[in-house]
Parts: sequence; C-alpha cells; structure tokens
Amino acid sequence: MKFAVLVNEGPYTHQASDSAFHFTKAAIEQGHRVIRVFFYHDGVNNGTRLTTPPQDDRHIANRWGELAQEHDLDLVVCVAAAQRRGVVDEDEQKRNSKDANNIADGFRISGLGQLIEAGIQADRLVTFGD
Amino acid sequence: MSEELQSGIVKKFLYINRRAPHGTNYAQEGLEVALIGAAFDQDVAMAYLDDGVFQLKAGQDTKAIGTKNFSATYRALGDYDVKRVYVERESLERRGLSEDDLMPLVYEDEDDDWEEKPLIHVVSAREMQQIISESDVLLNF
Repeated sequence: MKFAVLVNEGPYTHQASDSAFHFTKAAIEQGHRVIRVFFYHDGVNNGTRLTTPPQDDRHIANRWGELAQEHDLDLVVCVAAAQRRGVVDEDEQKRNSKDANNIADGFRISGLGQLIEAGIQADRLVTFGD
Repeated sequence: MSEELQSGIVKKFLYINRRAPHGTNYAQEGLEVALIGAAFDQDVAMAYLDDGVFQLKAGQDTKAIGTKNFSATYRALGDYDVKRVYVERESLERRGLSEDDLMPLVYEDEDDDWEEKPLIHVVSAREMQQIISESDVLLNF
C-alpha cells in the first residue's frame, strides 16, 4: 500500500512525531511505500538540526533524517508554516535575507501543494497530531 | 505538476475543522491548505463541527487579542471552487448558535448562469458521519 504521513505537532511536547516515526518505520519494514512525510503547523519544528536533546533521550530530528537516508524517504517541511516558525534552508535564507539556516539533513522545504499531491497519490493519508 | 496528477485522478477531499478560530492557529493554517488545494482540481468540501463552528461566526473581532483577523478569508472559499461547506447542527445548537449567526458564504454556480448560491449546508451529526465516510482524503485541523 502507498501511504502518505502528515505530522502536525512539534517534537517532544507531543507524541505525534514519535508515533508518526514508528508508523512510518513499521510501514516500510512491512513492505509498504511511504511516498512522503509532510510536516505542518508546529510539525515543521521536527526539521531543525539545532536541537540538542539530552544524550539519554531520542534525537527526533536526527532519527527522521536517518530513516530518510536509509529508505530514500521524502521529508517535506511546509514553507509557509516554516517561515512563521523560523525553520530555514539555504534558499529561504537567501530569499528572506536571514543570517543563518537550520534545516536538518534529510528534510526539504516546499509548498502545501506537496501535501495535496501526497493525498491524491497515496492510498491512505495518515495524520498524526493533536 | 507530476505525471500522476496529469492523469486526472479526482478524489473527494474533506477538510474537517473542529477547533475555535482563535486561541490556536490550526484554523488559520487549515484554511490555507484548503485554498492551496483548490489549484489541484479535486472535489473539495469543508466540514465544521465541535468548536469549529465558531470559525464561521459573523462579526469576529480580534483587536483585543492582537492576532490577525483572517475570518474574511472564509468568504473566498466559493471563489476557490469549494462548493460545499457542511456545518453540524448539533455543534451549533450546543453552543447556542444557529445558521443566522454565521457569515453568509456563497459561490457562483457556473452551470447555472453564475448565479450566487449559498455554500453553507447545515447537516445533522448522522449526515456528517455519512459525508465523512464517503470522502477519500480527510484532513483534520
């Protein structure tokens, strides 16, 4: 089956991102395809490389990035939501004249159309959020 | 757009809005998805239930809380090819509201000489259940 995943909450405060990660991993391991993971609302905060959780805790951003690398997973951060919350890649840094960027490895910033497209193409769109 | 999209898949998208318009920004960002989604030639409907019915209330004023009053944007739904806005009757009644308290949303019907028609349909919880189960893609905000 082709799944698309929507993550609507940031890391750590809510379990949504953890659940989405476990779901995505399990789906892939069982032979399904996850065509895209889309991060919206505070979910965009999963995609910053500047987080430093305590060493005895999971590293949510890195964990997503590693899963993406391992399985060629498409992790997309919504540009409009990211602009509001200060999640920036190189292009956005230039476009908005910011002094830094913080997008984590394995994530890319793109538009809401990517969410709609995922909804059209996937057999199931699974939402994780409040 | 990708090849798959050009192949003309049309799905029934239902945007389910359950939260009050202010206090969190789920409503505002949810509305943004619906408007962007309109460019994809899908069958799009909106559903408002629970505190989500407050999103359509007429006369919203956010001056005192200093947030953006985006409520005028709902009036654009008709221009974005959204032809059905469902509001759950029980949710309205529990909050002491009726259809008269809501913004009058309309769309121009291209099949009927561009006549302005009401977008809002007040439906029962049972009808809402049916509408949800008949949709292909559910987005909850």
